[in-house]
Amino acid sequence: MRRESFVKLAVVVVAVIAIFISFIKPLAYSIRQGLDLQGGTHVVLEGVDTPQAQVNDDAMNRVVKIMETRVNAMGLTEPVIQREGQRRIIVELPGIKDPDQAIEVLGKTAMMEFKDEDGNTVLTGTDLKDAREETDQQGQNVVSLEFTDAGAQKFAELTAENVGRTISISLDGQVLTAPNVKEPITGGKAVITGSRSLDEAHNLALLLRSGALPVKVQIVETRTVGPTLGQDSKDKSEFAFTIGVGAVVLFMLVFYRVSGLIADISLMAYVLILLFALKMLDATLTLPGIAGIILSVGMAVDANVLIFEHFKEEMRLGKTIRASMDSGFRRAFVTILDSHLTTILASIVLFFFGTGPIKGFAITLGLGAILSLFTATTMTQYLLKWLIASNIIHDHRLFGASLFVEKAVKE
Amino acid sequence: MNRFDIVGHRKIWYIFSSTIIIAGLICMFTKGFNLGIDFTGGTLLNLEFEEPVDINDVRTIMNDYVAGNTQIQMAGAQNDSVTAQNVMIRTRDLSQQERENVLQGFKEKLGDYKILREEKVGATIGSELIMKAVWAALISWLLIIIYISYRFEFKFGLAAVLALVHDTLVVLSVFSLTQKEIDSSFIAAILTVVGYSVTDTIVIFDRIRENLKLHFKRGGDIEALANRSIYQTLTRSIYTVTTILVTTIALYIFGGDTTRDFAFALMVGFAFGSYSSIFTATPLWVTFREYSERRQAKKRMKPRVAKQ
Repeated sequence: MRRESFVKLAVVVVAVIAIFISFIKPLAYSIRQGLDLQGGTHVVLEGVDTPQAQVNDDAMNRVVKIMETRVNAMGLTEPVIQREGQRRIIVELPGIKDPDQAIEVLGKTAMMEFKDEDGNTVLTGTDLKDAREETDQQGQNVVSLEFTDAGAQKFAELTAENVGRTISISLDGQVLTAPNVKEPITGGKAVITGSRSLDEAHNLALLLRSGALPVKVQIVETRTVGPTLGQDSKDKSEFAFTIGVGAVVLFMLVFYRVSGLIADISLMAYVLILLFALKMLDATLTLPGIAGIILSVGMAVDANVLIFEHFKEEMRLGKTIRASMDSGFRRAFVTILDSHLTTILASIVLFFFGTGPIKGFAITLGLGAILSLFTATTMTQYLLKWLIASNIIHDHRLFGASLFVEKAVKE
Repeated sequence: MNRFDIVGHRKIWYIFSSTIIIAGLICMFTKGFNLGIDFTGGTLLNLEFEEPVDINDVRTIMNDYVAGNTQIQMAGAQNDSVTAQNVMIRTRDLSQQERENVLQGFKEKLGDYKILREEKVGATIGSELIMKAVWAALISWLLIIIYISYRFEFKFGLAAVLALVHDTLVVLSVFSLTQKEIDSSFIAAILTVVGYSVTDTIVIFDRIRENLKLHFKRGGDIEALANRSIYQTLTRSIYTVTTILVTTIALYIFGGDTTRDFAFALMVGFAFGSYSSIFTATPLWVTFREYSERRQAKKRMKPRVAKQ
């Protein structure tokens, strides 16, 4: 029994320390990082009512679909496009190279119109089947268009009626090109000239291909974090984590000696489980989220401190170590439960009212409270039980009780 | 051993807290807050130039293209220096054209730069955020009162919530006094402080509840009981506030500019959250309890008087 408990204790202590040291960094870095850590652009779009089109649920869902097409063409890993509330859409573009251009592409309505000389609209973007950027024989960057069958018919009629006159192709009311029609075009194909670069032609083709937005959208918020700042934030949080957690570990050893070591082991396990849970939940780790983790370590200590203080108090009453531990745990548990539940309440409220990074913070804080409730009441308890059962400690002072025992005698 | 009578001196703590809060409220109404663009709407540009630039040159270029109030901050080795590579600009919500003009101006006159961070927030989003924050605070207070009233009794719930309102007001006062910038992470900080303040208060209340059950007879000395509960949990209070302040200070010193104000708010909040559990919440509970005891005593007296 004695030997068995000691072996269990030793195995867990060594295992947790080894896992912590070797896996903490790879584990932390395998969690999806928010834009504030990896760099990228966050855009909030808002549907606006116009006399032509009112914002409704269906229209916003179509806007999301179109945004998906536009964003997918940017070739990013794990972009996020989601609706928020009635008329907003959040777009996250991690690691985007040219944020300005991306923001411009997202904000365009992309309403394409073919007009005759009198300004009558004959064809619109819906008549298009495809649009691709190309470099033609003269080295010009162009967008080649392919019409649907109905579109090809209309385009043939338009060109046939306007030989010798100009027609115009415009996007969102801006004329892109106004060619002179030399002969009727019946093949269902056309090109738009005038792009300054192949990139520009590519974006134009993309906008035409993905189609016009059913409602006008407006960009209400953009946030860009450059890759340099993101890396800097990561390095700094890593350092703050090391110092903060290191200090807590040291403090617990100084305050509570052997019990402190037990608390430290259960803290390390707590951090590992928390990171693992975040990874499993596919949560996004943001800067406030990391702050939340560092803070939650400080709070997770509290549960251990409560247990140890009750433990010492019971010993002061003259109970045996084992009896002290049992009743200490029982009494501490009520307090730990009440105090953790209020933290969980606060983080739930934060989650529902917060946006973006604050949600990330609320998740780590709430999850942290739930998990530390678990590690403090099970892990710490088992480790302490094994420690006592292995009977290696005979001096109460090694539980950090010395201060108290002396004080108790003086009183 | 004679321990200092904390609850007996509660008038001192009430006066101390009231003084800070009244001063803070005066400050809030006169100086207001330094609200960041998350709340007011606006544009933030954080650039890193290849060569150190002069703040006056940056200001001149800004004034050339943008009318209105612009804040420019030079971050770098020396805090008070007028030249730095890292420049933080806060101004009103710029249009796409204005923004391009400004950036073009910088490139032409001050050399090449890298954009570290750029934010553009519309004014409506900002005002929504304030409303959300106020609602979040009110709802969390309400939930906490309900929870504590259910687990303890209403007098405990009221005392705990007054203590955390106290902590919230102190943090707001400090931010108004120092005119540190308030952004959306400040809301997260306040709500964390709320959570911590209640947690810390509950530990003492829990001990009071236990002592009431085990060692208290009706008509006993409630002040002595409250004091004893405070001292029985004092070691824990000190250890916990120490560890949590250590992690927060680590975040403040090493966490970088982005989290510095956030960590500062937490530091103030945690310190006062711990203070208020002992010096505000517990004395308030004693005050409420004595008040209701006096009322009950009066009620018991009345029928007797009537009979005579």
